[in-house]
Amino acid sequence: MTAIDELLAEHPFFAGLTPEHVELIAGCGVNVHLAPGASVFDEGQPADTFYVLRRGSVAIEIAVPDREPMVVETVGAGEVLGMSWLLPPYRWTFDGRARDDISAVELDAACLRGKCDADPALGYELYKRFAGLMRDRLQATRLQLLDVYGSHVA
Amino acid sequence: MVPLPYRVSWRRPDLADTVTLALEPVDDAIARPTAGQFDMVWEPGVGEVPISVSGLPGNGAEGPLEHTIRAVGPVTTALCAKEVGDVVGLRGPFGHGWDLRRADGRDLLIVAGGLGLAPVRPVVTHALNDRDRFGRVVLLLGARDPESVLYADQLERWRGRFDVDVEVTVDTATPAWHGDVGMVTKLLDRAPVTPADTTAIVCGPEVMMRVLAGSLLDRGVPAGEIWLSLERNMRCAIGHCGHCQLGPLFVCKDGPVVPWTDARPLVVARER
Repeated sequence: MTAIDELLAEHPFFAGLTPEHVELIAGCGVNVHLAPGASVFDEGQPADTFYVLRRGSVAIEIAVPDREPMVVETVGAGEVLGMSWLLPPYRWTFDGRARDDISAVELDAACLRGKCDADPALGYELYKRFAGLMRDRLQATRLQLLDVYGSHVA
Repeated sequence: MVPLPYRVSWRRPDLADTVTLALEPVDDAIARPTAGQFDMVWEPGVGEVPISVSGLPGNGAEGPLEHTIRAVGPVTTALCAKEVGDVVGLRGPFGHGWDLRRADGRDLLIVAGGLGLAPVRPVVTHALNDRDRFGRVVLLLGARDPESVLYADQLERWRGRFDVDVEVTVDTATPAWHGDVGMVTKLLDRAPVTPADTTAIVCGPEVMMRVLAGSLLDRGVPAGEIWLSLERNMRCAIGHCGHCQLGPLFVCKDGPVVPWTDARPLVVARER
């Protein structure tokens, strides 16, 4: 196994995948390091990667005219960053900015989409995991929209 | 029960709309509250509201009772405007608080949302003053934005200790905020506790508590070890008027602290 194989095999997001599938995914991955403040991705740009964060955290931001950007979520070590690569038009919908020193496994989306097309079982397993991630983030977003900590909600 | 006069001995603005009043008896004192109980605070000529105790004198010590109040209506607005030396009425203490004895030897996970940090503040203080009784002690806090984080200075002091983990997340922020952004549930994955050996104390908006209790159960915290502080329209505070009735419970008398096993069928039921 390569180091990336091992990293992914130990990650809860990939738990339950066969060693063969982990190896296929790892074949699309490289280790990357980013400095604090570095752009990880930019709104509107092609979403050709996603990340398994090993260290540090990334702010998912949206630019606001005449104001500082707003941070809508932070994604930290142990979490998976990036879902825009899954579906057309494969473009980032927010900005991602490193808040600290980042160590991550960067997965090449085109490589992985190709492997999923060739091996639907891999695609199914992977999309199931991302569907769970989307569900969790959708639920969290809905609750954030409720503004439950505001004075109008008991 | 007649309110006893209490004088404001100090006053601390916490947030734009939230103030902590330290109250000392003018003559006779109410019984000493425990963490999680509440008092009825009376502003003569305006009305009376239930306010959780947010600060207690140390074991056996004399000192003021602290109440943290957000100005949301006429009574709380009047109370928030009180100055040092002003007098208010106090009845209490009421209800059941947190029973920390059941957390002896266990990990103690305290999760608060927004102003829900106020009622659990005495729990944190107590746990840190008697630190050896517990396994890991973890405080997770969710707030609307960085400007709405209650007791920010105290959180910093707690964070500076090596025997307690403190994590804060907000719903929205600018890049100047160095904490997390997202629901408080996301902090659970990082909480260094053993779920099966954890007693969880949860206080905040009911929607948050419901979701959080589900997340705790998913992670393996026993249902009977999840304790919530419910909030309803408490008026008489002694279970007579029925304003705070929730199914078979009078929240003022049988609560406000109840186990998830009791709370679940009530908080998931639709009120009509």
